[in-house]
Amino acid sequence: MSLLHWAILSPFLLAVIIPVLYKLFRRVHTGWFVLALPVVLFSYFFLKIPAVRQGQEIKETLKWIPSLNINFTTIIDGLSLLFALLITGIGSLVVLYSIFYLSKKKEQLHNFYVYLLLFMGAMLGVVLSDNLIVLYMFWEFTSLSSFLLIGYWHNRERSRYGAQKSMLITVFGGLSMLGAIVMLYIMGGTFSIRGLIAQAGTIVDHPLFLAAMLLVLLGAFTKSAQFPFHIWLPDAMEAPTPVSAYLHSATMVKAGIYLVARLSPLFAQSGVWLWLVGGIGLLTLLWGSFNAIRQTDLKGILAYSTVSQLGLIMSLLGVGAAAVHYPQLGNENIYIAATMAAIFHLINHATFKGSLFMMVGIVDHETGTRDIRKLGGLMSFMPITFTIAVIGTFSMAGLPPFNGFLSKEMFLESMVSVLSLDLFNMSTWGSLFPVLAWIASVFTFVYSMMVVFKTFTGKYQPEKLPKKPHEAPFGMLLSPIILALLVILFGLFPNMLTETLIKPAAASVLGDVLPADYELHIAFWHGATPALFMTIGIIAVGLLLYVLWPKWKGLYKAFPEKLSFTNLYDHALPAMENGSFNLVKLFMTGFIRNYLVYIFIFFIGSLGFTIYLKNAFNYSTIDTAPIGFYEVVLAAVIAIGAVSILFVKSRLTSIIVLGSVGYTVSLFFVLFRAPDLALTQLVVETVSTALFLLCFYHLPKKFRKEERLKFRGTNLLISLGVGTVVTLIALSAHSTKLFDTISKYYLDTAYTEAGGKNVVNVTLVDYRGLDTMFEITVLGIAAIGIYSMIKLRLTKRGGKKANENK
Amino acid sequence: MEILMAFIIGILFTCATYLMLSKSILRIIIGTGLLSHGAHLLILTMGGLKRGAVPLLGEHAKSYVDPLPQALILTSIVISFGVTSYFLVLAYRAYQELGTDNMDLLRGSESNE
Repeated sequence: MSLLHWAILSPFLLAVIIPVLYKLFRRVHTGWFVLALPVVLFSYFFLKIPAVRQGQEIKETLKWIPSLNINFTTIIDGLSLLFALLITGIGSLVVLYSIFYLSKKKEQLHNFYVYLLLFMGAMLGVVLSDNLIVLYMFWEFTSLSSFLLIGYWHNRERSRYGAQKSMLITVFGGLSMLGAIVMLYIMGGTFSIRGLIAQAGTIVDHPLFLAAMLLVLLGAFTKSAQFPFHIWLPDAMEAPTPVSAYLHSATMVKAGIYLVARLSPLFAQSGVWLWLVGGIGLLTLLWGSFNAIRQTDLKGILAYSTVSQLGLIMSLLGVGAAAVHYPQLGNENIYIAATMAAIFHLINHATFKGSLFMMVGIVDHETGTRDIRKLGGLMSFMPITFTIAVIGTFSMAGLPPFNGFLSKEMFLESMVSVLSLDLFNMSTWGSLFPVLAWIASVFTFVYSMMVVFKTFTGKYQPEKLPKKPHEAPFGMLLSPIILALLVILFGLFPNMLTETLIKPAAASVLGDVLPADYELHIAFWHGATPALFMTIGIIAVGLLLYVLWPKWKGLYKAFPEKLSFTNLYDHALPAMENGSFNLVKLFMTGFIRNYLVYIFIFFIGSLGFTIYLKNAFNYSTIDTAPIGFYEVVLAAVIAIGAVSILFVKSRLTSIIVLGSVGYTVSLFFVLFRAPDLALTQLVVETVSTALFLLCFYHLPKKFRKEERLKFRGTNLLISLGVGTVVTLIALSAHSTKLFDTISKYYLDTAYTEAGGKNVVNVTLVDYRGLDTMFEITVLGIAAIGIYSMIKLRLTKRGGKKANENK
Repeated sequence: MEILMAFIIGILFTCATYLMLSKSILRIIIGTGLLSHGAHLLILTMGGLKRGAVPLLGEHAKSYVDPLPQALILTSIVISFGVTSYFLVLAYRAYQELGTDNMDLLRGSESNE
């Protein structure tokens, strides 16, 4: 176990101790015990920056299941380090925030922090694992802990609904991903991501390549709430706000992005990858930003905004994948910049979205509502919160001097660069990229303005607020302030990130394509590029749309809620439940006749079809015994007897006819030289007939009403089918003798070895005595069963007792 | 002879199946009785018929019939007897407790679903 492994596992270990600490120290807020761990981990990862900057990879292996190639291998490279810093850094701030947000008295804090620590450890495991199976394990752990956190207030119906929805969707994607992992193992023979990437050139041509890619993308898209799997994210907002800030803006939803970035060197060779990642990302961006505007709940707006920003990052990764196809361009490769922009925006989004969620949490905490129709004019009551909101939303909208402006500029520039792509039919459809990106950016601007101005300016409506608003305590403000400061810091000095974090991360995503001397310089003024004019357009049109919002509100009526994917999900689930219920009800009728019909039809179908398919029917009269007069008479008797049972009205008669069939069988045994059988059959038949008659005699009178067996065509057809199949098999089996019987041995040795002359009896008790022993056991069990069935009357006695008690 | 027996066995199976698809428990049990007769005759027939003397070594015949199927059938007769008698008493108890012999009425009530 190396230090790195301890770092990943330490949250799990702390999660075990937390409930104990919670019970022991009831006076101290449990969050304080948790806080130290992410801070220590953050410092640990922070100290790795210099090494990673120089291109080192820190690799540690712990043997887990070596025989299956599954080892807990962890690697720190640029991308992993970036994510690890985000997870631990924002994790510390969220824990700090939650200490002031969650009440010590009202909440089950030990549950909350156990789930949160499980999540933190799982997320670290996802980003640091090199082994795909281990990655998958941690991946499902994030789904699980997210489920627990969303359903934290489990007595609320909406929480349970949101938790179930997110669980179903993310686990669906997770399982698809497992399928892809297995396929990748088949193709590459290893679970190691680096090992697979090293073989990228040969894997591309494998027939399973496309299927694996689609399944990986299904996993990544469901986790990162991409269109049309984004529907779980808005419902996950039922979680406590620190959870929304941590999981559903900064970390978990970026697991899908991490996966796409991590596997880019493997899949980017293919045009399908480029189109899917870029196209779906752009679609998500547009759809999320469009839907964010119609939300009235602040967290709802932020949820859709997260969806759209994740789409933005995803589309950048898609465009960035094009870099692989132009390795000759070197430093001039414009698609490398797209990858850099994706990584830069990933950092920026984590900072401003985290602060915005915390800001909304504060508003909710201090006013009692998150509905923008009830809020307004809070600026003078909550000046610090307002400042944080302004910084966050302006950065989200892409306004200078905040970091969102820079990454938005880079984003627009990358989208414009798609125009010069001459690969994969991009030249015809590629022009859609900048246009859609621009429209989505306008929507982003509009909802960003709504978040800040509808909450903090306008008319103050105290009568609608459950609480009297006032500024939050300083502890609660601390985390969003730190994040807002980072927003400004990264905005003013973006180049402190480029060399330390962005370039090493981009090196992991792009692999060899990135030239060692690639210069990335982010600056506010980079000349009059198309992107700048697009930004000016966004601000102008966005302002216009914001002012005219009541006028074009009606546009949303064109997209009614009924047509949404949430609605589809809500109807698909009950439909599936009802469908399977009805389907099962269709054949599980409870009537034994129906089940017998299924069994017999399957018997006829499978055996008849096999005979037909294998051409197995065989008929030969060569090896047959001669037909004698007595046999013909007996055969006629048995046939008439069997058929007449079907037609007799009286049950007594049918019992007697059955007895006659049995005696005829024993006569057959006489004719076919089986004296022991004939004896046994005679006795058994007598006793069974007596039993039948006994049973019949004891029947209550009212059931003795005689009825002829009702004729049913299907019954006749099925029974004829069974009889025919049995006859066919009997004929074929008789006519195909493959080898001689082994009975010669029994006949030869019965006297010499066993000392008996009756070979059948010698077989029963000497050669095959075990059969006989268990046959005796069967009789014993039957006798005990019959005895207990007659003697034990538990229900009746219990019933009487119950009656007596009354 | 074996060909004729194959058809007789077919008739036994047909009648047995037809009875088992009926509603009355007693008829179903009669059906199983016929079915076991059919099965026993099938085993005997497949072993070959009338290939010599009774398998008693005192007979001093040149050839005997195959003793192995006979041993198998003997076991089978006893077992089917045990099962049939158990089944009969079960049906008898069902009449007593539930007051019906109609299989269509002997299904779980709707409230169990």
